Amino acid sequence: MTSINSTDTQTFTAKVATPTTRLVGALALVSMAWVVLGGLIVTPRDVNQGDAVRIMYVHVPTAWVAYLAFIVTAIASACWLIGKKHSMGFDRVAGASAEVGVVFMALTLLSGSLWGRITWGTFWAWDPRLTTTAFLLVTYIGYLAVRGLGGSIEQRARRSAVIALLAVLEIPLVHFSVLMWRSLHQKASVLSGDGDIKMDGSMLTTLLVGVVGFTCTFAWLVMHRQRVLAMQDSMQMTQLDAALRERANESKEVK
Amino acid sequence: MNTSTSQQNSLIHVARVIAAKDLRIELRSRVVINQVFPFAGLVMVMFAFALDNDSVLSRVAGGLVWLSTLFSLIIIVQRSFAIDVADGSLEAQRVAGLDSAGIFVGKAIAVMVQLVVLEILLFLAAVVLYRVSLNGDGVVLLVTCVVFATAGLAFVGTLYGGLTAGARGRETLLPLLLLPVVAPVLIGATRATESAFTSGGAAVSEGWPWVGVLAVFAAVFGLGGILSFGSLIEE
Repeated sequence: MTSINSTDTQTFTAKVATPTTRLVGALALVSMAWVVLGGLIVTPRDVNQGDAVRIMYVHVPTAWVAYLAFIVTAIASACWLIGKKHSMGFDRVAGASAEVGVVFMALTLLSGSLWGRITWGTFWAWDPRLTTTAFLLVTYIGYLAVRGLGGSIEQRARRSAVIALLAVLEIPLVHFSVLMWRSLHQKASVLSGDGDIKMDGSMLTTLLVGVVGFTCTFAWLVMHRQRVLAMQDSMQMTQLDAALRERANESKEVK
Repeated sequence: MNTSTSQQNSLIHVARVIAAKDLRIELRSRVVINQVFPFAGLVMVMFAFALDNDSVLSRVAGGLVWLSTLFSLIIIVQRSFAIDVADGSLEAQRVAGLDSAGIFVGKAIAVMVQLVVLEILLFLAAVVLYRVSLNGDGVVLLVTCVVFATAGLAFVGTLYGGLTAGARGRETLLPLLLLPVVAPVLIGATRATESAFTSGGAAVSEGWPWVGVLAVFAAVFGLGGILSFGSLIEE
């Protein structure tokens, strides 16, 4: 308890942004503007899908960010568990990343089901990738619920780190079993492995800028969110310290 | 002296003591027998009301048995930790220096025993209510499937039960955490059971790869639980 307190007490200034968050935020804004312009105006319609293909510029980057977020959560959780100092920074990054990941995963499912309705004629199909994605969403909603269980900050960090690592065990098992169960999702078109990308140049550029833009947005959100989490933790610790001091003074007064 | 202490604290010994304790409490209180088993039977009857078609029922019987098992698993796990949390005996066990991996295995074994009895009753109910039939090969497949599926369910249940034990709102949190994780067991055990029943024209041999999935699941979470249970129940 005291170790967390001594290493983690930070001073917070009224300034919200740092040069890094400003830079990442600016990058995110610029690339998002590019995606909006490129996705809605510059890029051509698809031969088969027509305008529906434009959903791709949102769907693919949000899916990428959601997976990235959960990987970040897993790595940060492992770092917290393995690290000797059990630095709370790792725990907060894990929590912030999972929160952002859940939002993006929900956006992925939403944009995907709209796209599916237009191209496949159905909102939902029991395809392995879709099913695994839905399970990922529920699993991380559960993870966030575990973070909200209460108790000491260290207890929260330990519990949630173990849950994050168990999720890493669970997801491949879920994916493999659903894969065995049934296998409609279109094959990955950019990362198809043979290096032959079947996509118009401007479409590909817009998609890649989208990935960069959404990744920057993710990083920006996580940086700010983990700062807020640090402030919350610090507030909890300060209140505890104040209460302890008060009690200590009480006993002195009695003497 | 030293050897006897370490022997007493060995994983197997602790697991046996804990499993015996949990089962003894159940035999005396009969909460699972008198409440959970009838509940699972009721769920089976309710499924018949909802589906309202004999041929559909015999086709999906395997899935219904395993769904009832999953619902009951949640209650059995909650009960398993309620008996420990109510009077602080989980803390007492830890203060007594019991190996947390042993506590995990012991509680999982107790859950496993209760689940196996429940599953036998549910399969009998399926034969009577849903008119499924079994042949010799099917029985071997079914028994193997039940062994691995139950082990997997008990390990995962105990792991997440330990995590939510003592936490506020654990009744609602446990299903949210547990059900996504046991999805592979539901898929695997259902497919294997359908093969064993040869429902929908499935062949018995089609079920064996699924038993493999169940075995991997049980092994992964058994090991995961042994390694992490201590840090999950630590206050």
